[in-house]
Amino acid sequence: MFFFYTVVLPPVLLDSTVNVKHLFIVLIGCILKVQPPKPLAKDRKEWADLEPVPQDDGPNPVVKIAYSEKFSDVYDYFRALLKNDERSDRAFALTAEAIELNAANYTVWHYRRVLLQALSKDLREEMRYITAIIEEQPKNYQVWHHRRMVVEWLNDPSEELEFIADILSQDAKNYHAWQHRQWVIQEYKLWDNELKFVENLLEDDVRNNSAWNQRHFVISHTTGFSDPAIVEREIQYCLSQIRKAPHNESAWNYLKGMLQDRGLSSPPGLLERVLELKETHCSPYLLAFLFDCYEDALENSNQKENVGEEERKDILRKALEICDLLANEKDTIRKEYWLFLGRSLENKSGSRGPSDKPPEPSDPASGQQEMS
Amino acid sequence: MWQRDGGQLFKKNFFFSFCVKRAVLRCLFVHFLLHSSYQLFVINPSFLCFRPALLREQHYQYLKKGLRHLSDAYECLDASRPWLCFWILHSLELLEEPIPTAVASDVCQFLARCQSPTGGFAGGPGQHAHLAPTYAAVNALCIIGTEEAYNVINREKLLDFLWSVKQPDGSFVMHVGGEVDVRSAYCAASVASLTNILTPKLFEDTTNWILSCQNWEGGLSGVPGLEAHGGYTFCGTAALVILGKEHMLDLKALLRWVVSRQMRFEGGFQGRCNKLVDGCYSFWQAGLLPLLHRALFKEGESELSRQRWMFEQQALQEYILLCCQNPAGGLLDKPGKSRDFYHTCYCLSGLSIAQHFGNMDLHHEMILGKEENRLAPTHPVYNICPEKVSQALQHFHRLVIPVFLDSNY
Repeated sequence: MFFFYTVVLPPVLLDSTVNVKHLFIVLIGCILKVQPPKPLAKDRKEWADLEPVPQDDGPNPVVKIAYSEKFSDVYDYFRALLKNDERSDRAFALTAEAIELNAANYTVWHYRRVLLQALSKDLREEMRYITAIIEEQPKNYQVWHHRRMVVEWLNDPSEELEFIADILSQDAKNYHAWQHRQWVIQEYKLWDNELKFVENLLEDDVRNNSAWNQRHFVISHTTGFSDPAIVEREIQYCLSQIRKAPHNESAWNYLKGMLQDRGLSSPPGLLERVLELKETHCSPYLLAFLFDCYEDALENSNQKENVGEEERKDILRKALEICDLLANEKDTIRKEYWLFLGRSLENKSGSRGPSDKPPEPSDPASGQQEMS
Repeated sequence: MWQRDGGQLFKKNFFFSFCVKRAVLRCLFVHFLLHSSYQLFVINPSFLCFRPALLREQHYQYLKKGLRHLSDAYECLDASRPWLCFWILHSLELLEEPIPTAVASDVCQFLARCQSPTGGFAGGPGQHAHLAPTYAAVNALCIIGTEEAYNVINREKLLDFLWSVKQPDGSFVMHVGGEVDVRSAYCAASVASLTNILTPKLFEDTTNWILSCQNWEGGLSGVPGLEAHGGYTFCGTAALVILGKEHMLDLKALLRWVVSRQMRFEGGFQGRCNKLVDGCYSFWQAGLLPLLHRALFKEGESELSRQRWMFEQQALQEYILLCCQNPAGGLLDKPGKSRDFYHTCYCLSGLSIAQHFGNMDLHHEMILGKEENRLAPTHPVYNICPEKVSQALQHFHRLVIPVFLDSNY
């Protein structure tokens, strides 16, 4: 549109033979970016001294790509520049053309970085360039790595959090964006507002697992999860999100993930709170969490002498009941897994007799061999 | 549903109506959720016969053509051409379609042109070496498995390349001046072990770096701190298996995470919690179950099944056959997406994993649909056929491990 207002429009307005219809046609053309195609490098004077290098695919090529004329032209000249290790402005400009044709060509990006340094190019301008490229192609490894290099060279992360937030507003789970964000925050110690940022994202979409991960990232690198007050705050947060969306696996995984090192039975009253939720907000995830609580209780009861044999048997019975319920009714896609967990737990706790053991589907004759 | 073990064939008729309902529901569900109903007419009509067919001939033609010629739509993969070789060759080997000798030789010569003078393989002739095309090239050459193929690899230079991308913290960058993530460790470990250039020093601290990628979810992330993700989890776990250190992972947590990634309605796998199903995770995620099965067995786990992996094999086969096939050949992410060679490779690899339980000594098959749907088994660490793995290991282990000449060594 800039092109339209500064280049196209003035001469058109000065021409008295032009009417509104003509203007309209030109306006649409500019919106659609109808421009005369840029001439090929081989037809441009500035490349006349350089002999292009065609790709050496050999006499009987495989996986041969039917490159467009434009593509072959640009890359034939790129190969020539690379061969001569030419460090010039025309080389720098050509890398942009090569990138536009294939932004995943890491050799071109590497060369562009060599040129940025060799020619002492304006890195602020490079930031503007890479910002535009990432907006167009946010799921490409090379563009994000390039941005990271430029930020490092400038030693200036000031635009990063806002830029990444913009990319995340278009795709809240873009893995590269989150990777870059975590790098910036950790490298430049920009922790202060991140928990708030995460909470806003979870307001938008409580099922955004990337945001839950970021929550864990921020807390583990700042306050940590040792402080019981923090743990309680997080438990409250999880349970309130679960009440709003009971079938949100992320919230349940976060609850377990946060507590698993210290033991799921460690926060007082948690089991009771979950059992309460079971009545109104049940889900396969809640049941799995209950199983984990019982398993954890059994494991810890080995160390505690005040847990009687009866109590242990009762916990084991409840755990195995949940396994059966999940395997046969509530989470049948994971039947093999829940059956395995049940057998494994039984075996470890060694309480059910051989007659009670749920049978495995009958083994073939060869089935007795061990896996090597 | 055909089940075969120890040579006997059982046909379980009573499963039919159950399978049909679930299979039909599955496909309808996916289509309904994702697309307007006219797309239903694109469904593979064989599902109406209740015995989904793998469209072998169509896939074969698609692959055969692609091995020679690709449209300009593939310009975006101009820096990944060894990958195209691997995806296509592996798909053909799974389909048990022979590679003509001339074609195999042409692939060898092409990959030789992709090899960098400084070691490793690049995305195309004249490009810089990169661990991903290096992994793909070595795998492709091992699939071909001829002397000519093995001889393409310059082992001494390959070792130099691996050292050149090794980082002090144990990780590897993908290429000189490039990014770090756990894929690189897998690519490095895979090529080093197959070609017998692996030394403990090369992977010093790599184990600990990979372990630091296991997060609160139980899966692994690309770099420490990020979300658990199927592709990265596969790479990290398989790398540790190669290094003999998989027992150092929290296997129980990893197992819980990966089994939870199978979608209860679609039957396929998602890459991350609360994201959508994608056919390629049929391999990256489901492929973890054989690795974990073996790891747990080695840890003394006595309650492992002797017939099945710990995921719903039938449901995955249904998803792939009913929802991931393009009627003109090739496989895809999910209904409505276009086919490509990456998805063709990984959907077929996942189908193979779902069909075959066990290893050389203990083997149990579960083929959904016609017996002709059966694919060749694939090795869950390298994702090439197990015979090709043994053959390569045999060939390269007769050779001496090159000595890396560097003042720091």
